Amino acid sequence: MKRVAVRAIVLLALLAGAWEAYVDLGGADPLILPAPHAVAHALYIDRALLWRNFLVTAEEIVLGILVAATAAFALAVALHFSRRTLRPAVYPLLVASQTVPIPMVAPLFVLWLGFGILPKLVVIALVSFFSIVVTTLAGLAAVDPELIKLMRTFDASRARIFRHVELPAALPGLFTGAKIAVVVAVIGAVFAEQAGSNAGLGFVFQQAIAQLLTARAYAAVAILSAFAIALFALLSAAERLALPWAYETPGEHPR
Amino acid sequence: MVQAPVKEPFDLHGAVGLSVENVTRRFQTRRGVLAALEGMSLHARAGEMVAVVGPSGCGKSTLLELICGLQRPDCGRVDSEPAALMPQRDLLLPWLSALDNASLALRVAGTPRRQARAQAAPWLERFGLGDFRDTRPAHLSGGMRQRVSLLRSLLAGKPVLALDEPFAALDAITRHEMHGWLARVLAAEPRTVVLVTHDVEEAIVLADQVVVMSPRPGRAVAAIDVTLPRPRHATDPSVVELRDRALSALGVER
Repeated sequence: MKRVAVRAIVLLALLAGAWEAYVDLGGADPLILPAPHAVAHALYIDRALLWRNFLVTAEEIVLGILVAATAAFALAVALHFSRRTLRPAVYPLLVASQTVPIPMVAPLFVLWLGFGILPKLVVIALVSFFSIVVTTLAGLAAVDPELIKLMRTFDASRARIFRHVELPAALPGLFTGAKIAVVVAVIGAVFAEQAGSNAGLGFVFQQAIAQLLTARAYAAVAILSAFAIALFALLSAAERLALPWAYETPGEHPR
Repeated sequence: MVQAPVKEPFDLHGAVGLSVENVTRRFQTRRGVLAALEGMSLHARAGEMVAVVGPSGCGKSTLLELICGLQRPDCGRVDSEPAALMPQRDLLLPWLSALDNASLALRVAGTPRRQARAQAAPWLERFGLGDFRDTRPAHLSGGMRQRVSLLRSLLAGKPVLALDEPFAALDAITRHEMHGWLARVLAAEPRTVVLVTHDVEEAIVLADQVVVMSPRPGRAVAAIDVTLPRPRHATDPSVVELRDRALSALGVER
């Protein structure tokens, strides 16, 4: 874990160094691309503003992912149980829902749900639930049919097969989907705030760009990136704790 | 060394055993109708072990699924008491401990967890798995996993056990040990057993009756009663003689 962290930091430093050199050597106008030192400076002097707005966006993202995970899991289970009827009907729509540009529909949610947190949750859930549905459904469908047959010879009801066999087997898929979802949820939050809000890092970003405070805009993005990484790491750690068996490779066998 | 089966046929009072009478089972495939079984018959008295041997693809697995009620015959009759399957691959759940895997059949049939575990625990002990009750399958050997799998099917409590090549994936020593475990289990918990195997020797050493099947579409070409006293050894002249009979019924030139 520590070695991994060191490697990531080294790579990040190298990339930041190259970026710094590019801007300092006149490769791009700092108004369009601020140098890392300028972003760091903005992170420091705007820390109160950024922190206040980060809390708003973080709440939206965390709640949005919880909504997405709940809805996605329920939908995946429903589609799994209705493989013949519901799944073929719903799946294409599910794919189509991901092609809808969020800036197009976000104002609609603001119109319907106002300027509070609700439209943000809807947008975040909309962009992030797809990956969870797909990976959970894959996990449910990957259960060995022989295993289902075996359970039926044990007089297992459909519900008990789900509870004891399919549900645990789908959990790694749920985690994988959630890890993808946290990353896109951040983008969703930015779009949602731009469609209508007066707080949040997406709002700060939009305002800063309009005021040519590019370094502040980049600082907001840097915080969002770090938050996504933190959420991703948190989910990975939770997964290892909750599903240790998914990481087991057959090791030393006693006889 | 474990002496292979010491059990004689059990007297299961009042149990009817199982009978497969002139059964035909066909499947619709893309290339047309495929007959897996054509006029297959098999009879087992209660408490008896019938071994079914035959070439690959002769419908042995279909036969077991018919006996377990997972499929219905197109023609003919299958009369069997409720049967539990034991698959070739152990199919243990990777997230459950050995004890929870062994008690799974009870759990999925509605037994509360505590009660199911209490019922399975002494069996793990008896199966030499007492020290591994909390171990997940990834850390068990192939023979141990197969023992847990056998326990799971046994604890389903069905009068009939349908074993689908349960020892085929094991090495020779482990397989021999498993023969011993199976014999001991059946001595304590009598069952009517249908054992599908491709190992003729195993069939004769273990079973009370060996049914030889033809290539697809499968039907019984010979039913050899094995009345030799136990324990039997693969090298006994009478075992060798029966093995040769079974092999020639299979069409293997000696």
